[in-house]
Amino acid sequence: MSSTPTLESLQFKNRLYWLLLAIGGLVAAAGMYAVHLMEHHGHIITGMNNQIVWGMPHVFAIFLIVAASGVLNVASIGSVFGKAIYKARAPLASLLSIAMLAGGLTVLMLDLGRPDRIIVAATNYNLTSVFAWNVLLYSGMVGLVVVYLWTMMERRMNPYNKAAGIGVFVWRFVLTTGTGLIFAFLTARQAYGSALLPPMFIVLSFAWGMAVFHLVQTSIYMWNEKVIDPAILQRKKHLLGVFVLGSLYMVATYHLTNAYFSQQQGFERFILLDGGIYPSLFWWGYVLLGNVLPLVLLYAPGIQRDRWAALAALLIILGGFALLYVFIIGGQAWPLNLFPGYEVSSTFADGQISAYSPSIYEFLLGLGGLSIAFLITTVSVRVLNFMPQDKPYIAD
Amino acid sequence: MSDMDMDRRNFLKTSVGAAAVAIAPGMMLYSVAQAKGEGASSKVRWGMLIDTNQCKPGCNDCVTACNNENGLSGETKATDSQWIRKIDIKDISTGREISLPMMCQHCEHPPCVDVCPTNASMKRADGIVLVDKHRCIGCRYCMMACPYKARSFVHEPLTGQNPDVPRGKGTVESCTLCVHRIDVGGKPACSEACPNQAIVFGDLNDENSEIAQKVRSVASVQVRADLRLNPGVRYQGI
Repeated sequence: MSSTPTLESLQFKNRLYWLLLAIGGLVAAAGMYAVHLMEHHGHIITGMNNQIVWGMPHVFAIFLIVAASGVLNVASIGSVFGKAIYKARAPLASLLSIAMLAGGLTVLMLDLGRPDRIIVAATNYNLTSVFAWNVLLYSGMVGLVVVYLWTMMERRMNPYNKAAGIGVFVWRFVLTTGTGLIFAFLTARQAYGSALLPPMFIVLSFAWGMAVFHLVQTSIYMWNEKVIDPAILQRKKHLLGVFVLGSLYMVATYHLTNAYFSQQQGFERFILLDGGIYPSLFWWGYVLLGNVLPLVLLYAPGIQRDRWAALAALLIILGGFALLYVFIIGGQAWPLNLFPGYEVSSTFADGQISAYSPSIYEFLLGLGGLSIAFLITTVSVRVLNFMPQDKPYIAD
Repeated sequence: MSDMDMDRRNFLKTSVGAAAVAIAPGMMLYSVAQAKGEGASSKVRWGMLIDTNQCKPGCNDCVTACNNENGLSGETKATDSQWIRKIDIKDISTGREISLPMMCQHCEHPPCVDVCPTNASMKRADGIVLVDKHRCIGCRYCMMACPYKARSFVHEPLTGQNPDVPRGKGTVESCTLCVHRIDVGGKPACSEACPNQAIVFGDLNDENSEIAQKVRSVASVQVRADLRLNPGVRYQGI
């Protein structure tokens, strides 16, 4: 790898940059077009219905929001716990957090039945609704991270960096708790209504956020024709591995406690064994591709190249999508238990497993949100200095 | 006084006059649009007692009446609204079969109201749980929260609505207990349509009402009573 850029390589990168922007812009435009069609025809053109009320857009949105909180771990380890190599990466982590929050919230907002009434959501708060809390938590998070970035990138603001870092650290825990509570507060659905969900989402956010960070960092280093210091890469890989193991533990605990309660065994059987796409996605997608294989790539002796770590990060992200699909869609597909001890049937799918097949418009909306996060990151990395600047000597 | 002053005075007079003429009809319409009479009273708790022994399997009269009253299509695709549905249940251990109507249970502690971010889901003082169609943003959190799956989301543009029952694409809706009938002294369409009078409607708080007397004298249950939501709809014979 050459470290002195030539005129040709700079011109090539310049063109590549505009090409990336064009691709990202096209995907975002396709997402907007899907929103326009959903607005015009109604949600009838999506795969969602009165049984599966939240679908593919929510998988994308919740992944982005959870990862947006988790990516700030890098910043917190730097600012709150004072580790130099993480502090050097805090600006990039903050940028990714803002970008993913923006993408995720755009998807959530545009999936509403009446996105034109967003001002109603911004001016009427039901204090018992965790959705209303989240409106404040998400917008507050963006504001706080902007201030945090300011304390890092403006020298005169440096003295306030620690305070802002602690603020971000606390806020993101509360934020991911709020995301978990969306499901934890659902009293009647067997998949949800568990106090385990907020901590599970927090630990999942660590793994997903770290994976996103690692993938982006690897891309930026490649773009600048630099190689991550092997010592730093080693520490990152270990941390990512620990987070993956932690999240796997939380998911296992959630399913094992469920499986212990006889009233929940039917549901667990459905999700883990005979529910068709859901067990397949859980075991093959989440457990094998999203956890076991990445752990092998991160820890197996002899595999030390940074590309393998980047592949592990990519697999962790895809595994996250698989888990959220199983959790959100599979959780709704399982019927509500209105009459325990009875066989139930009706015209409204009572007692039946509900079917769901996402439509292209849902994917376009979700990918549109991803591309918004991508565009914000790409442009910001180009115009501002987000490249991690490591000190020659790492004290910690 | 100069001509210019006179012009100015005339201009102001005309302007004020024109403004008054422009605003007055609006003000009058505004006063017409205000609700007449008293608001809902918290002394009342509207409810229903459904006798499943009288509810015939295969009979759909309550559902049809609801659809006609509220302007629903009556179709049963996964994306169609169903405010009331017939559920057939069979006891797994004894094989006993029961048929019953299921709709919004008008809970005292409705989870849909708790989770609604904009207060669009609300409980009236007289216990009727409603959706404010002007406030609903269509997030569908209430549908996730309802233990009875009583709510539907409007997936398509609507035509031919009943003016008494406003509905809207992109918002959530459910049984209103025919609030537009109750407010003029009537009773819900399903209760009126049942050929066996299996649905008794009335004020649970009025000890002389038929429903209150029946609730006192016969064994009735609330569906998912374990959730402690205290629904206003009770079932007899389950």
